[in-house]
Amino acid sequence: MSLTIIKPGLLDTIQDLGRTGYSRLGINTGGVMDRYAAQVANMLVGNDTLEAVMEIHFPGAQFLFEQNTLISITGADFTAMVNDEPVPLWHPIVVRKNAVLHFPKLQHGSRCYVAVHGGYCVNKWLNSYSTHLKAGAGGFHGRKLEKRDEIPFKESRIYFAGLLKPGKEFEVLKWHVDTGSTYLHPNEIYIIKGNEWDQLTCQSQQDMLEDNFTIHPFSDRMGYQLKGVDLKRNERTELVSSGVSFGTIQLLPNGQLIVLMADHQTTGGYPRIGHVISAHLPKLAQLRPSDCIHFKITDIATAENLLIAQQQELNILQRACLERLNHVVC
Amino acid sequence: MRGYVVKKLTSVISIQVLTNQYKIFPLGDAAVTIDMGNVISEALNQKALAMQQWLLAHPFEGMKDCLVAYSSLTVLYNPVIIKKYYHPRHTVFAWVADRLQQAFEKALQTGQAIREVIRIPVCYDEPFAPDLVSLARQKQLPVTDVVNIHTSTVYNVYMIGFLPGFSYMGEVNERIAVPRKQQPTQVMAGSVGIAGSQTGIYPLQSPGGWQIVGRTPLKLFDAFGPEPVKLQAGDRVQFYAITKQEFDSY
Repeated sequence: MSLTIIKPGLLDTIQDLGRTGYSRLGINTGGVMDRYAAQVANMLVGNDTLEAVMEIHFPGAQFLFEQNTLISITGADFTAMVNDEPVPLWHPIVVRKNAVLHFPKLQHGSRCYVAVHGGYCVNKWLNSYSTHLKAGAGGFHGRKLEKRDEIPFKESRIYFAGLLKPGKEFEVLKWHVDTGSTYLHPNEIYIIKGNEWDQLTCQSQQDMLEDNFTIHPFSDRMGYQLKGVDLKRNERTELVSSGVSFGTIQLLPNGQLIVLMADHQTTGGYPRIGHVISAHLPKLAQLRPSDCIHFKITDIATAENLLIAQQQELNILQRACLERLNHVVC
Repeated sequence: MRGYVVKKLTSVISIQVLTNQYKIFPLGDAAVTIDMGNVISEALNQKALAMQQWLLAHPFEGMKDCLVAYSSLTVLYNPVIIKKYYHPRHTVFAWVADRLQQAFEKALQTGQAIREVIRIPVCYDEPFAPDLVSLARQKQLPVTDVVNIHTSTVYNVYMIGFLPGFSYMGEVNERIAVPRKQQPTQVMAGSVGIAGSQTGIYPLQSPGGWQIVGRTPLKLFDAFGPEPVKLQAGDRVQFYAITKQEFDSY
């Protein structure tokens, strides 16, 4: 069981929910940018949410499935096609041996996830499947996927051939996941105040919440550079380095902001103006260069409640996906 | 490991200077930092390390990771798991903050630490030291003096960050302390740099802004070795100069 890369994409890597427990060695968490889409991708094919998924950036790779298998595609819409026929996102899809998946056109979003039933069979590095490009470890040989790479799947005892109609190369199963409120109001990003928020001038605090910020083209998995009004601090003190997290908004010396994303360094020394709440990281991960962001302040209790609600929704979805899947394969 | 001469020495680190001066603040909704002051201080760093040790020995459900920086400790956690296991009365943040406060109090009891001096060979010759001559000129010192000063201090590893295994050490004698470069350049693995009063080793090739004065032949990061990262916060390090021939024969 495997898939083969026929044509490589811009940046396609194997990821999971991240590598935790090693940040005191300078080894960052990494993992998928959009944790919601990645978890749903796994659920749709009946996997545990900790399985590895493929994270695809546009232009994406072209894959050939070497066996019949069950797949799902979630996150960004790059017009996924199986043998040149469009297939929907957020659905389980059975594909026939030798079917080809490709992504010809960018519609919206930034990262697309492809999961396969059973999960990708790659080696863990420090307890995680996530690709660490700098260390050259984790995922598929510690690097992005290249032409002719063959990515094996874990063994599965379920054969999906019976769900394929004769002459059809794929079959979209009848249920799908409704992403609910996760990606609603994509440009409205909730933050909680960072430790150095109070160091901003009153004018800058106001600007931060009233102005729009644009995502700069230099943004990547490490961080989003934002373009907007210059923000100023009341004090000039430099900070000694300390820990940072996914979603930390730092103020650079030139007055511009950077939001740290999945591949951020473990430590940083720039003032922490705010932190994007975890529940809004999936929609932030799907924004693209030149998209706008509008920040809104919330409190820690609201941030926690939104995250817990999102996780409860995911738990319900996982049970529902498993029930549906068990029903059709029995 | 060749060239890794380890000398045991015992030093008593006093943390009595500490009062209850610290600040605990949320680093988002899934991480919290306890900050004991915006300073580079061996005593505060030791305190942060003792707290980390206590937390690693007394982990809680949902604790994902912790890291020490100069004078702070950050704990990463999963709020959903903490909520499920401990049903905090207020916010999950408040619950974790309580736990950190507990770590602060308990970790006070650790007053002694046995430290080792790890000796690291460094070749200060061309082409491994692209910024050494300009640093010496700027500081109006002969190059040999810069090397002698850099190798005569036992440095404290305050933290690991930036890259896997990148060590932030201090403090560099002010006679050779120089600010980092305006523009980062490509730095080779093993390069030893100076930035202000800090010195450190790039374990991997990377863009970097530190002034590079030499290179060690030791592999300080080995992804697939039994211990991927060789230096840890709390280690003590002294450099010694080796020739290019010695470097090449490593």
